[in-house]
Amino acid sequence: MILARICISLATLIICSVIAYIFPYMPHWAQLLMYLVPYLVIGYDILRKAGKGILNRQVFDENFLMAIATIGAMSLGEFREGAAVMLFYQIGELFQGIAVGKSRRNIADLMDICPDTANIEENGEIVEVDPYEVEIGQEIIVKPGERIPIDGVISHGHSTLDTAALTGESLPRDVREGDSVNSGSINMTGLIKIKTTKEFGDSTASKIMELVENSTSKKSKSENFISRFARYYTPAVCLGALALAVLVPLVRLLIMHASPEWGSWIMRALTFLVISCPCALVISIPLSFFAGIGGASSKGILIKGSNYLETMAKTRYVVFDKTGTITQGVFAVSGIHHSAMDNVELLEYAALAESGSNHPIALSIRNACKTAPDKSRVSDIEEIAGCGIIAVIDGRTVAAGNEKLMDRLNVKYHDCHKTGTIVHIAIDGEYEGHILISDVIKPTSKQAIAELKKAGITKTVMLTGDTANAAEPIAAEVGADEFHSGLMPADKVTKVEELLDAKNSNEALAFIGDGINDAPVLSRADIGIAMGALGSDAAIEAADVVLMDDDPLKIAVAIRIARKCMRIVYENIIFAIGIKLICLALGAFGLANMWLAIFADVGVMVIAVLNAVRTLKIR
Amino acid sequence: MKRSYKIDVDCANCANKMETAANNTEGVKKAVVNFMALKMIVEFEEGADPSTVMPEVLKSCRKIESDCEIYGI
Repeated sequence: MILARICISLATLIICSVIAYIFPYMPHWAQLLMYLVPYLVIGYDILRKAGKGILNRQVFDENFLMAIATIGAMSLGEFREGAAVMLFYQIGELFQGIAVGKSRRNIADLMDICPDTANIEENGEIVEVDPYEVEIGQEIIVKPGERIPIDGVISHGHSTLDTAALTGESLPRDVREGDSVNSGSINMTGLIKIKTTKEFGDSTASKIMELVENSTSKKSKSENFISRFARYYTPAVCLGALALAVLVPLVRLLIMHASPEWGSWIMRALTFLVISCPCALVISIPLSFFAGIGGASSKGILIKGSNYLETMAKTRYVVFDKTGTITQGVFAVSGIHHSAMDNVELLEYAALAESGSNHPIALSIRNACKTAPDKSRVSDIEEIAGCGIIAVIDGRTVAAGNEKLMDRLNVKYHDCHKTGTIVHIAIDGEYEGHILISDVIKPTSKQAIAELKKAGITKTVMLTGDTANAAEPIAAEVGADEFHSGLMPADKVTKVEELLDAKNSNEALAFIGDGINDAPVLSRADIGIAMGALGSDAAIEAADVVLMDDDPLKIAVAIRIARKCMRIVYENIIFAIGIKLICLALGAFGLANMWLAIFADVGVMVIAVLNAVRTLKIR
Repeated sequence: MKRSYKIDVDCANCANKMETAANNTEGVKKAVVNFMALKMIVEFEEGADPSTVMPEVLKSCRKIESDCEIYGI
């Protein structure tokens, strides 16, 4: 539609110019009538909207400014200029509409992890229903290639899930009957039936969408600056235009006694009006933030507001909680020492001895053992409370337990210099070594801190409730600059406050925790980042930034996204304001015509929007 | 009851107009349009049926902004 109007208007404008060239002495009224054809074809809706705006007392919008500028040009006898400016304004608007619309849709699609329908079985047939109508406990069917709409537990079938949209983790996850699954994951291979455990509106995907979509309502300082700027800028430029049109000719006439040159000054004033629209800023700045938040969410990083993106870009101090953040927070076999036999064999003996126990220690030993224990090899299991287990395996007496058990059996054992729980193993009264079970460091923790350093973080600090003995080797291994141990939750707040006081006001401090018991610290820090928060509402509530999986590498990614986003925001602010000011100056001196003014308005906007979309692309 | 709908609209101002139109529709308690995310979040009056209210919302939106769209009604 608009394209057809542009073509017709362009064609008639060319015809008019040719006619005007052939008949240079055409009377003014005839020229006006002629040029009104392309002008009205392209501009009638602008004129109408401008009229409506005046009726609604909303002057100073784009339509009003364009109407005044073009009507002004026409009444000064610049018919062709008037029609052409309107035409090019519309072409610019078209481009801008395409650019803004496309980028917005791209981001919105990226964040859209929530399906619009759910499948249920009715009378043996699969029917699509509104997911809001599915009740808790009802069974839904998810076909391969579809997204899971509602959280639940698999009641039938097995498949591989792509959870990248939720966690940014690209490795697919195998699931089978009894596994709980989160909405938003894509079912990749097999048809599965899911018994829902939540309503659609409370499911993970819906919650994430809500969070990200509402994030634009928390405005950053730059956005507030822009809206304040826009509020003063347009009226100021309009006043400037008025001064150019009226004051300057009057001054020339009355004080300088020169010719007032009304026509030329009014044209300059009209050029001013075209430049006065702040749209490039008003659209591109929120769009940059939106792209930053959208890009982050596709990496499994949820940012709860543009303002946090802004603060995060200034992060210079990163404070970690130890358990659950730098370490896994679960106990696992972290070493086998002084073993006389093969480590795997020792572990297998221990796993067999512990095969009947549900103690966490027994579980971690069994998890570490690759082979499933063959219980038929075990007999006569005797559990000695507070000491350990003695069992007969393949006819040999195996004792697994602490030093008390070894003392009891009169076995000489080696003490371990590492912190953790130690399970000594003795077979037929001979010491065979010990297994160390402790909280293990996440495989990416060390790299995460290195990445933070590379990103220009001044100081990394680790806080923990554990003893200094336990904390020191971990801090040293991952490369944290500082560590503070033996802290109660309240002490952590005090420590963070000390660090907050010590830093510069234009530097920010981020605290990263697992969100379970560090809510006070999360809210006290400039930026609270909760980790591994998939499905934990409390953590999502307390934090400003939420990492969906528990990979500490994501912290550096989040900071990089924030920095890139802010760089683009500043680029756009400086670029858009700069070009406008230059064009205004050129216009005031009569060096810029309306064509340049149109570029200053829509051209700058299209470039700023394209720049804003760059925020999406980040490693 | 609260539900969210995908929408399509071209300019921020048009989105605001859609929001006003939706809020003035019978059966709608509160409607919020998020222009950036292209979403309309509608809270319905007690006992109102979305499947009858939403076509009305679309109709009143179309009146003020002819080329807008609400999906999944």
